[in-house]
Amino acid sequence: MEADFRVAHPEKAHAPDHKEPGSESAREMVVEATNLEKRFGTLVAVDGISFRVYEGEAFGFLGPNGAGKTSTMRMIQCVSPRTSGELRVFGMDTQEHPREIKQTMGVVPQENNLDPDFPVREGLIQFARYFDIPHADAVKRADELLSLMALEEKKNTTVEKLSGGMKRRLILARALMNRPRLLILDEPTTGLDPQARHLIWEGLRDLVSQGNTILLTTHYMEEAAHLCDRIVIMDHGKILVEGKPQDLVKRYAGDYIVEADSTQEVQECLKRHDIIFDAYEGRVQIFTQDPKEVTRLLLDECSMGGEVAARPASLEDVFLRLTGRTLRE
Amino acid sequence: MLGLPISYRVWKVWRRNMVTFMRTWKVNFIPPFLEPVLYLLALGLGVGSFISDIQGVSYPRYIAPALISIAVMNAAFFECTYASYVRMYYAKTFDAMIATPLSIEEVIAGELLWGATRGLIYAVLMFPVLLAFGVIDLPSSFLIFPFVILAGLLFAGLGMCFTAISPGIDALNYPSFLLITPMFLFSGTFFPLNLLPPFIQIIALALLPLAHVVIVFRSFTLDMISLSILPSLVWLASATLILFIVSIRLMKRRLIV
Ligand SMILES: Nc1ncnc2c1ncn2[C@@H]1O[C@H](COP(=O)(O)OP(=O)(O)O)[C@@H](O)[C@H]1O
Ligand SMILES: [Mg+2]
Repeated sequence: MEADFRVAHPEKAHAPDHKEPGSESAREMVVEATNLEKRFGTLVAVDGISFRVYEGEAFGFLGPNGAGKTSTMRMIQCVSPRTSGELRVFGMDTQEHPREIKQTMGVVPQENNLDPDFPVREGLIQFARYFDIPHADAVKRADELLSLMALEEKKNTTVEKLSGGMKRRLILARALMNRPRLLILDEPTTGLDPQARHLIWEGLRDLVSQGNTILLTTHYMEEAAHLCDRIVIMDHGKILVEGKPQDLVKRYAGDYIVEADSTQEVQECLKRHDIIFDAYEGRVQIFTQDPKEVTRLLLDECSMGGEVAARPASLEDVFLRLTGRTLRE
Repeated sequence: MLGLPISYRVWKVWRRNMVTFMRTWKVNFIPPFLEPVLYLLALGLGVGSFISDIQGVSYPRYIAPALISIAVMNAAFFECTYASYVRMYYAKTFDAMIATPLSIEEVIAGELLWGATRGLIYAVLMFPVLLAFGVIDLPSSFLIFPFVILAGLLFAGLGMCFTAISPGIDALNYPSFLLITPMFLFSGTFFPLNLLPPFIQIIALALLPLAHVVIVFRSFTLDMISLSILPSLVWLASATLILFIVSIRLMKRRLIV
């Protein structure tokens, strides 16, 4: 049973697909997944997903905890073998050419794994050795990135003395040491305060505007809306939708959301007027392109007693509609 | 190499450990000097004063090769158990490394070579101390060094197998108590194996790598090299090869999911 979440305004049709032939298909494909599946024993973590990421694109995986985002990223990083399906990065099979792929990839893992035995700057230089980067280049690159990430003052500090935000910035710097053609970020800003988050976003936006290809996972809607050209929303190992953030908002949440207290009366009145709504926690939510009319209707014809509020729809509304409101661990 | 995707990159892992080891070299270099002095004083002069000789060899000269063997065992085994476990589980250093062009096989092989190197460093530092006490012969004793590397690799592989299957770092105490400690005592280290019941002798020679290491090292430090060490050399080479491959397999099974 598939629920139809689209907003009830068929006359305002919008592009049904993200693909703009001619623009994207002409660009080189960086990641190509077809029916990609990952199982842990009997648990299906990634359930036959297909997607493509093109050069120069910022592509986001949005989904609640346990959706399968990290499992997907780890397969792309060539560190976790797939159960079935196809997966190519830079046109190469991840299982057959892991070294070549990893050579030109940068990774910000979900869990920090900075080497605690090295001070900041030395750690970057050590990491460059794994990529066969000549020492002089590594030194130059480390200094550049430390200044880019505002970590110059910390260059001789041990990793454990860094704050959470600094560690994340250092990991981002580390991921950029080999000038990757593809940067993978698994929840780059989870657990950071707003200042630290914005600093990382700034850095990432610069990278995107310079034409870098970025693949990120997040459960922050704002982050996805902010940084990504295109996103997929994932849940229970499946991709639910794919598209540009603003298109998805339009398509699955409309332009505006009107919220009001939910009573039997209000619900019946809305049904009478053929208005689609969601009801939860004692509230009704109406997805609409005409908030004034809906508000008027609620106040005048449904004899609303309580408060009525209208606001622009956001990616969060799409997300909650598609993935439900049940709490995940 | 050995059908595993192992290249020159193992030395990058080895070097990473060498760099961090050398950062605290002063602390790391004290025990190799101190330990043989303490053992030779306590066992050699203390216990040894009640022992005229063992098989025609003075007691300090009898235990000297055992001291090197034990040091190599401890250095390599404990490097590849507790220290490797910390890098693997707590610091997630291996996870970071395999996201680079390094393969998991190279990371573990690099750790094993490093474990063997720890044993070699220990042996090299002990060597002049033992020379100064006049308990090892020259130049035949120099022959131990290639076999120190072999023994180091063996105990590194043994340790790495336990690291791969330990649910937690505390579980590593079991092989330390139940394997390393008895091996330390019953490998012909401080008294000849043939004083033990034949049944235990057979078990020791069949299962305890240290027994064979001691046989080989002792023949070199006492300048009594003969073909009788050949079975021990074959035993050590085979065990090292098997443990090298098995430990890499086990670690791969643990880390690549
Ligand atoms: N190594 C593993 N062993 C067993 N189950 C795992 C493992 N890694 C992830 N899972 C399970 O796979 C599912 C997807 O996890 P994950 O990819 O981490 O999701 P996300 O990153 O979206 O939170 C979850 O149910 C998780 O418990
Ligand atoms: Mg995750």
